[in-house]
Amino acid sequence: MEAVTDSPAVWASHLRKRYRKRVAVDGVSFTVARGEVLGLLGPNGAGKTSVIKMMLGLVRPDAGEVMLLGRPNTDPRSRERVGYLPELFRYQPWLTADEVLALHVRLAGVTVSDRERRDGLGLVGLADRASDRVGGFSKGMQQRLGLAVALVARPELVVLDEPTSALDPLGRADVRDLLLSLKQRRVAVLLNSHLIGEVERVCDRVLILDRGRVAASGTLAELLGRRSLRLRLTSVNDEARSVLGSFEREDDLYTVDMPDDVPALVADLVEHGVRVHAVEPARATLEERLLDILRTHPEEHR
Amino acid sequence: MTVLTIATLTLREASRRRVLRSLAVLTVLLLTLSAWGFSRIDAEFGGLTSGEAKVAGSTVLNLVMFGYSLIAALGTAFLAGPSLAGEVESGIALAMMTRPIRRWTVLLGKWLGLVAFGSGFVAVAGVAQFLIVYLTVGYWPPHPVTGLLLLAGQTAALLTLGLLFATAISPMASGIVAVGLFGATWIAGVVGSVGEALGNPSVAQIGVVSRMLLPTDGLWRGAMNAFQDPALLAQIGTGVEESPFLSMAPLTPAYLTWAAIWTLLVLGLAALGFQRRDL
Repeated sequence: MEAVTDSPAVWASHLRKRYRKRVAVDGVSFTVARGEVLGLLGPNGAGKTSVIKMMLGLVRPDAGEVMLLGRPNTDPRSRERVGYLPELFRYQPWLTADEVLALHVRLAGVTVSDRERRDGLGLVGLADRASDRVGGFSKGMQQRLGLAVALVARPELVVLDEPTSALDPLGRADVRDLLLSLKQRRVAVLLNSHLIGEVERVCDRVLILDRGRVAASGTLAELLGRRSLRLRLTSVNDEARSVLGSFEREDDLYTVDMPDDVPALVADLVEHGVRVHAVEPARATLEERLLDILRTHPEEHR
Repeated sequence: MTVLTIATLTLREASRRRVLRSLAVLTVLLLTLSAWGFSRIDAEFGGLTSGEAKVAGSTVLNLVMFGYSLIAALGTAFLAGPSLAGEVESGIALAMMTRPIRRWTVLLGKWLGLVAFGSGFVAVAGVAQFLIVYLTVGYWPPHPVTGLLLLAGQTAALLTLGLLFATAISPMASGIVAVGLFGATWIAGVVGSVGEALGNPSVAQIGVVSRMLLPTDGLWRGAMNAFQDPALLAQIGTGVEESPFLSMAPLTPAYLTWAAIWTLLVLGLAALGFQRRDL
C-alpha cells in the first residue's frame, strides 16, 4: 500500500487494550498533524505508554487502527521515518555509542554518513563518548544516546516517552531546544512528559488521558481558556468598578477579562482616583487546568 | 539484510560479552586434559596392538566429544535466552523493533548468529580434538565431517528450543527448561539402550519416543557413530548397546529429515510466539 503524502503524521482511531481484567486503553482516538508537536499528559497508569506502544506496533491493540505517515502501522514501512525514545531506554551495553547509531541506521535502511552520525552524538552532548561502550554510560547519558538514536534516521515523526526523566536541568534545557528545533524543521513530535512546563512551552496541542480515556484535548488556548488581567488596586470606588466591568475580587486583587487596550484601562482607573499597584496578565497554567480536569470529572471517565 | 545485520550483532554480542573467551579457556582446558589422557593411554598401554589402540582412542574420543557437545548445546541454549527474552525484558528490543523491520527477521537473524556460533565452536574444538587423538594414539575418526555436522545440528536443535521458550518465559527460565529437556532426553536415550540390550521393547520405546520429541540425543548418537571405529563393535562383541558412548547404527535419512523438520517447526513456532508478544 502506497503512503498517503498529505496524511497526518499519526492517525489513531478507537484504540483499546486490556491486560487481563484491567482496561488500560479504552477507545482513544487522536491525530498528530505533520510538523505538529502534541503533548500527551495524564497521571501514572492513564495509558499513555500503552497508547504509544500500540501506535508503534510494539503492543497489539484489542481494537482500533493506526496510520503512521500515511501507512497502516501493521506495515513495517510505516516506521521508515519514525524515531522513538522509549520510557525504558536501554541500548546494547557491549556496543559503543557510535556502533548503536550505526546499527539503527542499518535497520532503518537509510544512508547516513559517519560525520552525520558524529554530529548526531554531538547534538546530544556525547561527541567525545562516541567510541565508549554503552555499558559504562550513566542513565542520563543513555537517555541522551536514546535521543540521538531517535533522530539518527532523519525522522518525520519523533515519539518521545518521558525524554527528560534521567536528565539534569541542563539536559532538560537541551531537550527543550532540540524539540523547538524539530518544530522549526516541521518534524512531527509526540511528547509524553510529566514536566508540564516543558509541554506548555513546546507543544501546539495537548491530549490528556485519564484511566485509559481521552479526558480532554485541544490547543493550549482552547484548554486554558481566555487570557485575563490581574490588577492590584486600592481606593476603588463605584465609578472605578463600573470601569472594570465584570471582575473577580480577592482582597485588593481584581481579575478581569483581558481588555483590548490595557494602558487605556489603567489610565481610566487612575482618572477615577484608583491607586494602581500592579498590573499583570493572568492565565490558568496547564498544570492547574490538568489538575482541574482530572479532579473535577473523575467519575465520568471510569 | 536485516537477518544478516542481526546475525552479525548476535555474534558480536557473543564475542564481546566474554562468552567466546570463556569458551576458549574451557576448550583449551579440555583439550589439554584430553591430550594428557590420550598420551597416558599410549604410555600405560604401550603394548597395545594398533587395533586395540583404535578401540581405546575411539571410545575415549566419544566421551570427550560428549563434553564438547554439552558445552556447545548448553552454551548456546543459555545464550538464546538473554539474546531474545533478555532484550525484551531490559527494553533493548523497544527501540530496535520500531525500525522498519519484521519481527521474524530479527528472530531468524538471532537464530543464524547462534547457529554460526555453536557450529563454529563444534568445528574448531572437534578438529583440534581429532588432531590430538591422531597425534597421541594414531586414531582418526571414519566420518569426521558428518559427525561434526550432526553435533552442529544437535546444537541448533537445542538453541532453537531455547529461543522458543525465550519468546514466552524469562531468559534464565528458558535456558534452564531447554537444558533440562536436553538432559532428560539423553537419560531417556540411555534407558532406551538398556531396554534394547535387555530385549525389552517397552523400555526401548522410551528412547525412540524421546528422540522423536527432542532430536538432540538422536543426533548425538549419529555423531558418535560417525566418530567411532567401524570395527569397534565387532571387536567388542555384543552386549554393549547400553553404553551411552557407543552407537550401534548410523542415522537414517528419515530421522535426519525429521530432525530438520522438527527444528524448522520449533523455529516457526518461536517466530509466531515472538510476533504475538507484547513488548
